[in-house]
Amino acid sequence: MAEPLTRPQIAWRIAQDIPDGAYVNLGIGMPEMVADHLPDGREVMLHSENGILGLGPSPAEGEEDWDLINAGKKPVTLVPGGAYFHHTDSFAIVRGGHLDLCVLGAYQVSAHGDLANWSTGDESRLPGIGGAMDLAMGANGIFVMMELCTRKGAPKILENCTYPLTGQRCVDRIYSDYAVIDIADDGPVVREMIDGIDFAALQGKAEARLRLAEDWRTLAAPDL
Amino acid sequence: MIDKIARTVAEALEGIEDGSTVLVSGFGEAGVPNVLVEGLIEQGARDLVLVNNNAGVGRHGIAALLAAGRVRKMVCSFPRSVGSVVFPELYAAGKIELEVVPQGTLSERIRAGGAGLGGFFTPTGVGTQVADGKEVRRIDGRDYVLELPIRGDVALVKGHVADRFGNLTYRKAARNFGPSMAMAGRRTIAEVYEIRNGDGLDPERIVTPGIFVDAVVKVER
Repeated sequence: MAEPLTRPQIAWRIAQDIPDGAYVNLGIGMPEMVADHLPDGREVMLHSENGILGLGPSPAEGEEDWDLINAGKKPVTLVPGGAYFHHTDSFAIVRGGHLDLCVLGAYQVSAHGDLANWSTGDESRLPGIGGAMDLAMGANGIFVMMELCTRKGAPKILENCTYPLTGQRCVDRIYSDYAVIDIADDGPVVREMIDGIDFAALQGKAEARLRLAEDWRTLAAPDL
Repeated sequence: MIDKIARTVAEALEGIEDGSTVLVSGFGEAGVPNVLVEGLIEQGARDLVLVNNNAGVGRHGIAALLAAGRVRKMVCSFPRSVGSVVFPELYAAGKIELEVVPQGTLSERIRAGGAGLGGFFTPTGVGTQVADGKEVRRIDGRDYVLELPIRGDVALVKGHVADRFGNLTYRKAARNFGPSMAMAGRRTIAEVYEIRNGDGLDPERIVTPGIFVDAVVKVER
């Protein structure tokens, strides 16, 4: 029986779907891994909310420039063709529909594509929104990268989100450890699932009712 | 003759009153005018409303001003960055107010303040807690929420190079909130690493024109 995809493998799978020439924002945390798996020969411009287009790889140790950090506040580099701009312009890029894709993490996604990824509603925890709400509503395509269930086994694809929303009806596609799932007009549609799980077992990992696409394929990724 | 160069930090910060709203540039550690912010401790203004993307890191700069008990309210998008220790303590103890604003909305509210606008309608936050109690309007079939401008009594920004006219350049991603905040401060003060003498900066390279800037002060790297 095939194992569920690891996080690097989910990142690899997402990277295969990012077209040459795309302008893309990778959310802080897990989605940043997608940058490491972009196929050779594709030129993708990565956007960072704090005011950069053309994020490059991390600098070598000792070469860090602390005026050149990404949205996660880690030092980065700039690729040829990259640019700096101020924050308000950066969010004009986001909200103005200029980004082709954004990859975000999620606590929960609803059957109709609502996204919850900024708060668990725990009042004792300091709230923080950052750029997530702007990205969710602004980028042309929203990919979610997540495990299908929480560490405790609770499903994250729900009929309705129970956590405070980041954005309404914004998610286009979910890339997960077991399946790739589109949010269609009539709800979640499984496009790909791993070998070794049948549809009933997959449905057991989601609260919202899933539909299996007629032309579904096997989800597979190389060992990473 | 126009000369916006302040000889000292104290001179640059003169006249900032208790209760002021202070816009502070920076994202994480990049672009925060730490010398000016720490200068406010000496300057003495209290009961401040501070606007910054975050809420201080470590115990210097914004965190030092917070620890000194000078800030009544923090307006930011993300107060719980890695290394943020002072703000979470004050918040848990009920010693400071917090307004959390989506990052793009925060930046645009500041720009709107500087641009003389009464607000703007944004899709960000529609259908979330952020829109609670705010006007939502459908425009061309899409819902937008009304957000109001933010003006600062004072804006403290970090530039890279300035001239006596107050023109500013920035360095890399440290530009972040500087240009919008410089517009939105009734009094805007910039700290920079270099002040160019003579005819000033190359006009093609100026990011913030000096009309938005009241004082510049040179600080050490």
